[in-house]
Amino acid sequence: MVTVLYFASLRERLGCSREQLPLPAATATVSSLVDVLRNRDGGWTEAFAPGKSWRVAVNQQMADLATPVKPGDEVAFFPPVTGG
Amino acid sequence: MARVRVQTEDFDVGRELESLTHGRTDVGGLASFVGLVRTKNDGQDIQGMTLEHYPGMTEKALEDICGQAHSRWDLLDILVIHRVGTLVPGDRIVLVSVASAHRGEAFEACEFIMDYLKTRAPFWKKEETAQGPRWVDARASDEVAAGRWKG
Repeated sequence: MVTVLYFASLRERLGCSREQLPLPAATATVSSLVDVLRNRDGGWTEAFAPGKSWRVAVNQQMADLATPVKPGDEVAFFPPVTGG
Repeated sequence: MARVRVQTEDFDVGRELESLTHGRTDVGGLASFVGLVRTKNDGQDIQGMTLEHYPGMTEKALEDICGQAHSRWDLLDILVIHRVGTLVPGDRIVLVSVASAHRGEAFEACEFIMDYLKTRAPFWKKEETAQGPRWVDARASDEVAAGRWKG
């Protein structure tokens, strides 16, 4: 299992801030996790459609589609940041 | 060294700057930036805003940015304070202050930290406007500003 977090407009759009997800495969990546989310009904397909600008962090470090994900990891999806 | 704080409450700029130089005589320059909530953004009147962040990652990202600044310039101390929660126009949002022996390094490092904070630290602004709430979009110009520090 991994913990998946959603922030800001993505959290509102999906109506979810936090969930536990089983890993889709023994050797999973952010990309394979996104495939799982994209196959959900409702706004999920659209939110994670190719070309959508979201960011991802694995264990609180900025990551990308190729980043490996292992059991116990914390994966966070969010829009481009707007602090400062 | 660097100190990073994420907090809902306001900060006293004078007191915070004093804390960087108090009791030391090696600081020759202290460069600081204070970011504020302004009334107008993208042509709309802003009544207030809520700042959301990613607790844990935010502090790590800010500490990482300060670490990069320390490795690029010869700095004596860095202080970064960023507020979260509900803010209104005129409120302070962020303070970045850099102490060094000479002004050039302090100025550059302060700008670098702000440019990286705006593009790499997980904060998100939601504005209250007369037309209702809206999430602020990231600006391409902020990425350009951060990109000039590469290489």
